[in-house]
Amino acid sequence: MTAYIIRRLLFLVFVLFGVSILIFGLLSTFSPERRAAAYVTTPQQAENIPLIIKEYGLDKPIYVQYGKWIQQVAQGNLGWSLVAARPVAKAFWNYFPTTLELNLFASPLVVIVGIWLGTMSGVYRDSFFDHSTRIAAIVGWSLPTFLFALILLMIFYGYLDLFSPGILSSELALWVANNPDQFVRYTGMYSIDGLLNGRPDITLNALNHLVLPVLTQVIVVVALLMRVMRSGMIEEMSKDYVITAKAKGADFKTIYQKHAKRNALIPVITVAGQLVALSMEGSIAVEVVFNRQGMGWWLAESATQLDMPVLMSVCMFVGLVFVISNLIIDIMYAYVDPRIRLH
Amino acid sequence: METSTTMDAVQAHEHPRLRELKFTLVRIFRNPSAVIGVVLLSFFIGVAIAAPYIAPPKYAHAPYKMPHKGFSPTPKPPSERFIMGTTSGQYDILYGVVWGTRTAFKIGLLVVGFAGLVGVTLGVVAGYYGGWFDEILMRFVDIVWSIPLLVLAMTIVVAFGRGLENIIIALALVEWRWYVRVIRSEVLKLRHQEFVQAAKLMGVSDRKIILRHILPNSIYPVLIMGSMDMGSMVITASFLSFVGLGAPRGYADWGQMVALARNYIVGPANNPLQFWYTIFFPGICIILFVLGWNLLGDALRDAFDPKLRRR
Repeated sequence: MTAYIIRRLLFLVFVLFGVSILIFGLLSTFSPERRAAAYVTTPQQAENIPLIIKEYGLDKPIYVQYGKWIQQVAQGNLGWSLVAARPVAKAFWNYFPTTLELNLFASPLVVIVGIWLGTMSGVYRDSFFDHSTRIAAIVGWSLPTFLFALILLMIFYGYLDLFSPGILSSELALWVANNPDQFVRYTGMYSIDGLLNGRPDITLNALNHLVLPVLTQVIVVVALLMRVMRSGMIEEMSKDYVITAKAKGADFKTIYQKHAKRNALIPVITVAGQLVALSMEGSIAVEVVFNRQGMGWWLAESATQLDMPVLMSVCMFVGLVFVISNLIIDIMYAYVDPRIRLH
Repeated sequence: METSTTMDAVQAHEHPRLRELKFTLVRIFRNPSAVIGVVLLSFFIGVAIAAPYIAPPKYAHAPYKMPHKGFSPTPKPPSERFIMGTTSGQYDILYGVVWGTRTAFKIGLLVVGFAGLVGVTLGVVAGYYGGWFDEILMRFVDIVWSIPLLVLAMTIVVAFGRGLENIIIALALVEWRWYVRVIRSEVLKLRHQEFVQAAKLMGVSDRKIILRHILPNSIYPVLIMGSMDMGSMVITASFLSFVGLGAPRGYADWGQMVALARNYIVGPANNPLQFWYTIFFPGICIILFVLGWNLLGDALRDAFDPKLRRR
């Protein structure tokens, strides 16, 4: 096991190296002037583009440029973000908590709802419940995230006026911005910071703004999990051990909850990586439509303003998160299913 | 077994592959979701073909440019002249929706066609021959795999410049990785089976083994994925246009029409749903188009799944 983890960590380094070459290759389609933005860290530097071209050898052969660029990246210099008007590395900490907050609320719901729905429709296969959840899943799968989010906004913000877009109401956001000494941003997530600062009203307001984004995220991601859980359940329920348990008269709920469900969960772990990727993509659409200034919003905004340093850094970061989560998933897989041998 | 009746229904004396295909088709169309899917897709194909008759283009040389009467940003409700109303910028919604159907097919077919062709070719060669080519290709796929589709596609579009063509190129450049993985794992399963080994021993050329034995037996998962992808690629492309990375303003494209409607999803206080038509028509088109492909793909999966197939 240890040898496997070490090998996978080496693999992680290899993948990140590959991603950096891929991203750098894309960057090289730009002129040296535009590429210079990837190295700038202060507004003053931005006025001295020719100096930067010289300093980082942007007119030199590509491998020289790559060496210098990766050196900068290793030192944490990721370039200047036009959208955030500050260095990418600094802006990152501004946006990351918002996205983390969204997924901290959405992911447990996805897991609970998805597994429950999948189990039930697998156990009661071809029942009315099964058919309706299957139809709901395939319709949910066909709903583009951004469109679904817009429809929710139309109904719950426009028509019912219950929830509004954004992260906080404008009065509270203004108050927080003006009173940095009274409201310390420990985590950057308003729903948690509100409690830590003894301001439950801010927490409630933040939660109110989270309802629709979380709902969107859950509905878009849950369909995949449900489908895998359902087919796993169907397969397990027709196996001999279940038939034996039924024959000896075991309680039906015990059979599917204790025996079948645990085995059906194993294939679910194999799609966990896909679920992570789906959540990452979902966050982009959700944040754009609900106007939440997180990583996804930042990425989309940077793309429209052709802010290449941000796109490159986000690609590297997302790659890192994705590879690490896949490693964790694989280890979990071996842990849950002793038949799997990692090598 | 009850399946024998279905088998009797199709002639027993035909070429086995033809017989299998007929059986598959019977199975597919026994599934109501396939029927709904095919009906939806036939409708869209009809609209795409008949586009010049349903919505005659105003500019013959550029039919994808939506005609607009005036520049007012406020949408106008459905009227006799504009059956579905006009969206922000006074673009005719009916025209945009009809020609947008062609755009959607263009995106789906080009992306899935290119990604499928490249992915299947590389995957079959890598899986069948193995060796250093397989090793290098799969490590490269691992690298591309580590970035989610939307993030990587966005970066490529920005690097190549915005526009619908570049969205198609970017999606194809990312999506082939799925096809490589899927078909390669199928080929690996087949490579050591007796009928392939037997063909090899008899001196059949590799090319013929691949084309006659490997491909026909491993292509089904690719077809399922291709069908699902037709929908999901249109979703991703429409989101990229929604964000503003797509074709220039006024191009008939569902994603852009949703973007034009974005500021009007909430109407004035006394009538919050006043501009419903701006988002409803392009939105329902995207949903039904994607739903059609997904239903078809789902039915294909049920029909091709060897575990469910003969039940």
